Amino acid sequence: MNILVCVSRVPDTATRIIVGSDGKSIDKNGVKYIVNPYDEFALEEGLRLREKNGGSVTAITVGTDAATDVLRTALAMGVDKAILVKGDEPTDSYYVAYNIAKIAKEINPDLIILGRQSIDFDSFQLPSMLAEMLGMPSVSVVSALKIENGQVSAERDVEGGKETVACSLPCIISAQKGLNEPRYPKLPDIMKAKSKPIDTREAEKTEPKTSIIGMEIPSKARAGKVLEASDANIDEIVRLLKEEAKVI
Amino acid sequence: MGFKSIDYFNIDELFTEEELLVRESIRKFVDDEVIPIIEQYYFEGKYPEHLTEKLAELGVFGITLSEEYGGAGANYTSYGLAMQELERGDSAVRSFASVQNSLVIYPISRYGTEEQKHKWLPRLVRGEAIGCFGLTEPDFGSNPAGIITTAKKIDGGFLLNGAKMWITNGTAADVAVVWAKLDGEIHGFLVEKGTKGFSAPEMKGKHSLRASVTSELIFEDCEIPEENILNVAGLRGPLSCLNQARYGIAWGAVGAALAVFHSAIEYSKSRIQFGKPIAKFQITQEKLVWMLNEITKAQLVCYRLGRLMDEGRARPEHISFAKRNNVDMALQCARIAREIHGANGILGEYPVMRHSANLESVKTYEGTHEIHTLILGRDITGEDAFE
Ligand SMILES: Cc1cc2nc3c(=O)[nH]c(=O)nc-3n(C[C@H](O)[C@H](O)[C@H](O)COP(=O)(O)OP(=O)(O)OC[C@H]3O[C@@H](n4cnc5c(N)ncnc54)[C@H](O)[C@@H]3O)c2cc1C
Ligand SMILES: Cc1cc2nc3c(=O)[nH]c(=O)nc-3n(C[C@H](O)[C@H](O)[C@H](O)COP(=O)(O)OP(=O)(O)OC[C@H]3O[C@@H](n4cnc5c(N)ncnc54)[C@H](O)[C@@H]3O)c2cc1C
Repeated sequence: MNILVCVSRVPDTATRIIVGSDGKSIDKNGVKYIVNPYDEFALEEGLRLREKNGGSVTAITVGTDAATDVLRTALAMGVDKAILVKGDEPTDSYYVAYNIAKIAKEINPDLIILGRQSIDFDSFQLPSMLAEMLGMPSVSVVSALKIENGQVSAERDVEGGKETVACSLPCIISAQKGLNEPRYPKLPDIMKAKSKPIDTREAEKTEPKTSIIGMEIPSKARAGKVLEASDANIDEIVRLLKEEAKVI
Repeated sequence: MGFKSIDYFNIDELFTEEELLVRESIRKFVDDEVIPIIEQYYFEGKYPEHLTEKLAELGVFGITLSEEYGGAGANYTSYGLAMQELERGDSAVRSFASVQNSLVIYPISRYGTEEQKHKWLPRLVRGEAIGCFGLTEPDFGSNPAGIITTAKKIDGGFLLNGAKMWITNGTAADVAVVWAKLDGEIHGFLVEKGTKGFSAPEMKGKHSLRASVTSELIFEDCEIPEENILNVAGLRGPLSCLNQARYGIAWGAVGAALAVFHSAIEYSKSRIQFGKPIAKFQITQEKLVWMLNEITKAQLVCYRLGRLMDEGRARPEHISFAKRNNVDMALQCARIAREIHGANGILGEYPVMRHSANLESVKTYEGTHEIHTLILGRDITGEDAFE
């Protein structure tokens, strides 16, 4: 089975984000980047499927030269090949999907796996856009995956429960937390990854479907009010929350 | 998400992609597998044995060893970053890795015969064999030149007599690298577990490094085969190994300091006294800034020392400087962090007291703080205080 895993490079969740002087992008100074955490589940699933069924796993990212670090991580985890589609810093999902679809048409994977979302822009658009562009079925937010004789059975989280979806290969899966436990890259594999080549392609520019007009840091969430036993109206507030606002 | 350490001077930019990957991989492992369980093992005074296999799987044994013997073939900077992360979990886990790497794999790979290397190195790397390093004796600690354990040449082998003390992993070890005097000169010998006349009882009652096994090694007419001698003579044999281990400890200490620093920052922001977070008090800020300063300087010393090691230009005195400075710095950070945590600081719920107690051992082993002071003093004055 030939598997394509899409990985994105996102600011570390522990990084303090500062908006850049243009008011449209983040100030990259001192920001640390990591593999999008949901993509780690995608990579792990790809590797497990290869270990079970044979074939190969290719990791792909669209971005600038700086994005080689996430591909290096993917190689250290054990993927066979890595492709950097080199171009502008991605901000428009269509641009990313278009360029990945172009490579996918060339290498014809049996399966494409992505994280359910990229935690930088959280647009959730890539899996569906790719499915549309490639004419493939797609199942999103998958927390358990079974593939037997070309038949896919994917369990996904839905409001308050689970749903199982069936489709056939080739297809697109977006990974949810819980799909697996991503492996730690082993030191000898990290060293070997150093000498594996990264296949670099030029990204094709696309007419932006969306553009960022402005960016701002949310103002601090207003502090909640803690009611004490002495607050006489506490029962009344509970009643209002229940009956009027219907939130509890 | 994962732990992110203070990097006040963007030192991360100086590391290579692989070096950072090594750190991140071990960092995650420590967050997931060490930190959640270590307190309990520390409390019970036991080493978490199940970690050995996982550490081996990760590639933590034989980090700088060549691929030929199953090692990762990484550089010293990667090795240092790995030790930093392990000690951020607990000094016991780092000690285990230091002994296996620097005090067992290193001497066998450097002074062993091809036969010894093939017999032991792959198994040590895979964690199927555990090693220990026996130099210290009840009456000879800072002065190893005086050791009185002896080896006598007999027909087809050697006869060992004497006792070692304070030996990390002694009881668990499948192979002990033992330093003993043969015709008045120090030599290294490999002693296998189960050899007649060799026993390794565990030392109990420690208040420090409680999650690490510390043992005596006792040799009573212990006969070992001829081929178990290492090819090195004199004090330089054990000292060359200690240099490797001390290098790793200099990094490890930074890991322990990072653990207590971040705990103190978090605590000071959430602990309210006099109606404000204690982080708002000038005395608390002064303490936190002191730690920030010292940790940052220690990180720079480590970075530079790592590069000198990788270029083969580090002198033993550089290593003494880093071990001495960083361990003392970490111990002071742990004590200050304990203060900031108030009474909570003495509880196992926070990592500060455990690190503080551990670092007391780290300050003493691998050359005490004072001994490193005298090594540096000799270097800059030309006057030898040991004479
Ligand atoms: C938990 C733990 C694990 C250990 N693991 C190992 C191991 O795996 N293998 C091993 O071989 N050893 C091990 N050691 C032993 C360690 O290396 C020794 O404890 C260390 O070398 C100090 O020796 P000592 O304890 O005998 O102290 P001593 O040498 O008796 O020193 C006592 C004090 O006197 C000071 N002192 C000594 N000489 C001088 C001097 N000339 N000038 C000024 N001050 C001086 C010292 O700095 C120290 O403060 C371990 C120790 C501990 C605590
Ligand atoms: C083993 C043990 C036994 C105890 N026994 C008793 C007992 O029998 N009875 C009893 O009543 N209590 C007892 N205590 C509690 C002890 O008195 C408190 O721990 C102590 O008063 C400190 O309070 P705290 O731990 O809440 O720390 P905090 O008050 O939260 O202080 C945390 C840190 O902030 C610093 N800090 C606080 N305010 C300021 C400020 N304004 N400016 C600068 N720094 C500040 C503190 O110095 C400390 O470093 C005991 C504690 C221990 C550890």
